[in-house]
Amino acid sequence: MSGEQPIHFVPPVNSLRMVRTLMLVTSLCGGLIVAVWQWTQPAIAANKKVVLERSVRALIPNAAQIVEYDASAKGVTVAKGDAADGAIRFYAAYDKDGKLDAIAAEGAARGYSDTVRVLYGYRQACECIFGIRVTQMRETPGIGDKIITDPAFLQSFEHLDVSLSPDLKSMFNAVKTVKHGSKQFGWEIDAIAGATITSKAVGRGINDSAQRLLPLLVPHLEAIKQKGGAQ
Amino acid sequence: MSCQPLQASNMEQLLEGIWKQNPVFVMALGMCPTLAVTVSAFNALGMGLATTFVLICSCTLISMLRRFIPREVRIATYIVIIATFVTLVDYIIQAVSLALYEALGAFIQLIVVNCIILGRAEAHAANNPPLSALVNALGMGIGFTIGLFALGSVREVLGAGKLFGISLFGEHFQPWVVMVLPPGGFFVLGLWLLFFAWLAKRKEAQHGA
Repeated sequence: MSGEQPIHFVPPVNSLRMVRTLMLVTSLCGGLIVAVWQWTQPAIAANKKVVLERSVRALIPNAAQIVEYDASAKGVTVAKGDAADGAIRFYAAYDKDGKLDAIAAEGAARGYSDTVRVLYGYRQACECIFGIRVTQMRETPGIGDKIITDPAFLQSFEHLDVSLSPDLKSMFNAVKTVKHGSKQFGWEIDAIAGATITSKAVGRGINDSAQRLLPLLVPHLEAIKQKGGAQ
Repeated sequence: MSCQPLQASNMEQLLEGIWKQNPVFVMALGMCPTLAVTVSAFNALGMGLATTFVLICSCTLISMLRRFIPREVRIATYIVIIATFVTLVDYIIQAVSLALYEALGAFIQLIVVNCIILGRAEAHAANNPPLSALVNALGMGIGFTIGLFALGSVREVLGAGKLFGISLFGEHFQPWVVMVLPPGGFFVLGLWLLFFAWLAKRKEAQHGA
């Protein structure tokens, strides 16, 4: 044995070739993504609208027409695109005569395993929330998911007091989830035994949303009523 | 003339992914989505088909470009290609069914890092012509879908008393809830792996005899 190491020829790495390949592949991929995005966007937007309208209709069966609004410190405007910073999206449901029936809005709070999103219905006549519908949750099956079905829990939302203080700046009483069986007042929610964290998330989501939305919304309710009549 | 053996080897390639090298039961790859999304048969099928789509498209494209991709940047190129098709699948699922999209959640985006796909790209598509890469990817995709479905259907039947959302046992069935929770995923996967190991052992014994 000569002890000489065999010499491997290593071809020089051509940087230009690497850059060129990466550029070509990325522009090809970029083009593909943009094309598919443009192709699917109308269907995605339509899907989202259908899902939303279905939940609003389930909450407000009389709704013949649903109009999306944004409420912000500047007032209430018909919604276009995504809600702007600081604005809160809500849905006004008009019956078939064009009369405002109820308002629906979404609240969200962190539950046991993920964000719990709840759509709640509000009527000015009783200054109350008259029903909820869970739009998104990933809580434990058989425990946390009772918020969708538990009749005693849902009863709390048939007439949940969210009346505003006389200056219309804040709610008289914050919505609060209390221990199972200890509900005393109209603004309290009776938690589900064994699913307190999820029940609290529902209450907190509604409270956070209503505390912000109602002071912005209630002063403009007359205008919203008339808009529906005009359409 | 040369068609015949090619077809036979294609068939073998296809069966390899479905059976001999099944990504879930034999190679135990892609366990993260396997355990996480298989709470129902519908979710399992959705995830399986989405992964199959990404596998087929990315492996075919990588195989077509295999001579142009320098070795030094191959992983970067593969990841860009795979991520592109995952993004496409993400949009397409949203356009088809928002319910499925919500149910699969972050796991659609996580297909990018599913080791089955990068594994196929590196081990097969990078060295084989497009048709062979496509067939191999299709086999792996079907194998993965079957694996997910095997878990998803068992877990849904035991954990919710349903299959594809249709109630099977009537009102008196008390669902075995733990089966749709994470421990149930491990349990059912373990049973399936045991079953496949037993099959392999039996075959070995038969061959030995």
